Amino acid sequence: MQELTTTRHNPQIDPTMHVWGWEIPVYLFLGGLVAGMMIISGYFIFSKRFKNKDCVTYTLPIISLILLSLGMFSLFLDLEHKFFVWRLYTTFKISSPMSWGAWILILVYPVIIANMLMDPPKFIASKFPQLHKIKDYIHERPALIQNIGVSNMLLGGMLGVYTGVLLSTMGSRPLWNSSMLWVLFLVSGLSTAAALVHMIAKDVDERELLAKADNGFLTIEIFVLGLLIIGLLTSSAVHINAAKLLIDGPYAPAFWVFVVGMGVVIPLIIQLLAVNHKIKHTPIAPIMVIVGGLILRFIIVQAGQYSHYLNAHFR
Amino acid sequence: MARYGMVIDTKKCVGCMDCVVACKTENNVPEGHNRDWIVTVANGKFPDVNLEIQSQRCNHCDNTPCVACCPTGASHVHDVGGVVLVEHNMCIGCKACLAACPYDARFVHPDGYADKCTFCIHSVEKGELPACVSVCPTHCMYFGDLDDPNSEVSKLIASRKNHPLIPEAGTKPRIFYLT
Ligand code: SF4
Ligand code: SF4
Repeated sequence: MQELTTTRHNPQIDPTMHVWGWEIPVYLFLGGLVAGMMIISGYFIFSKRFKNKDCVTYTLPIISLILLSLGMFSLFLDLEHKFFVWRLYTTFKISSPMSWGAWILILVYPVIIANMLMDPPKFIASKFPQLHKIKDYIHERPALIQNIGVSNMLLGGMLGVYTGVLLSTMGSRPLWNSSMLWVLFLVSGLSTAAALVHMIAKDVDERELLAKADNGFLTIEIFVLGLLIIGLLTSSAVHINAAKLLIDGPYAPAFWVFVVGMGVVIPLIIQLLAVNHKIKHTPIAPIMVIVGGLILRFIIVQAGQYSHYLNAHFR
Repeated sequence: MARYGMVIDTKKCVGCMDCVVACKTENNVPEGHNRDWIVTVANGKFPDVNLEIQSQRCNHCDNTPCVACCPTGASHVHDVGGVVLVEHNMCIGCKACLAACPYDARFVHPDGYADKCTFCIHSVEKGELPACVSVCPTHCMYFGDLDDPNSEVSKLIASRKNHPLIPEAGTKPRIFYLT
């Protein structure tokens, strides 16, 4: 028998840690979604699909800007010492993923804006006629357009990876401490983005391509989830306990039903039938993927805080 | 440079919580929050049981995940004794350091910054002892330089059976419990 009693009861820490509420999962979800949209948009530019006037690459930047700003606002809401937020930008700490993230976000904005300037939204262009000149300037330079595409893919990739690395570098929380986490968040970001873009794309060809791509991402996601859990199960006692939180512990029902079932497997089946023309494309599968991606972030953030070296002793 | 650490004799500790009260008074720790606390560990099966009372706090680790993850540099290793501190006016309250500490030694001060044990560095720099060490009625706590082989703490670690807390987390904690 081992019994531990403590006199400590610090708020947000005891009996189990819950320093991060809804704000961080929402931030990580939106970050991943925008990352995926940047990669898709960048790829469409790179592969010359932008020559089609209806290409979704002209719609995505403004949506990305809005979602990313919402995500950053959500992060800001989580800060406890809000007036000091500018301190993030008075230094760069190479060992801190959060510092990396703060600076990556600063680079992400101009890259999305460059993408947007390829065809500024009408409501902005009507107020600033100079934007037409910039648009013409860009379209006269194919190399510049290629660079915009590549930099969107590159920074989108960095943003997506960062949302996972932020958590996975914390050795103190066994559930997060897996090198598969950044892969999971990147792939999940890509699958949610492909789902969203599939719904808003006007071009039939693009929609079909995105549905197929999404099926690929969802398939990879199943494997990555499996590898994450196997990795934890074959590690130390605390890591095994952390994996059990998802397998048959308190977070298992939500994990299996909302993330694996409704977030990946069922939409994958629906979309496989749709791309093989057995059923019609509907927004049902994409919405399930998006909601599943959001719930995945919630479960990983909450269960990760719960997973602990101390809890291993309590059990 | 000194490397401050602590040795706590669990054979002497009676769990009176004087260290907890002293810390709260000395450091104005807000109501409902603790920079140090008492943990009782009962081990074994009757009649072969053992009880260990531990006065716990931030371990001022050699490997500091809390400092590494801090995006602003608010969490830092102090020049004196390698003590781990938080610069209040640089902290944005992102709570990364709270999540990164395997001992859950940190908390958010009601004023918004991350807070924790400082080894009473303000007193130590004046040549005094941390409040918890100085008030302990059983004299079970020792504070000193772990790098000096002649210090009381180094000698106790060399001569008595001891263990740190959760060494498997890899942070190289600097508080040792004599058993
Ligand atoms: S005990 Fe926690 S807060 Fe203190 S130095 Fe170690 S990791 Fe950092
Ligand atoms: S809460 Fe403060 S001290 Fe802790 S990591 Fe964030 S900025 Fe640094």
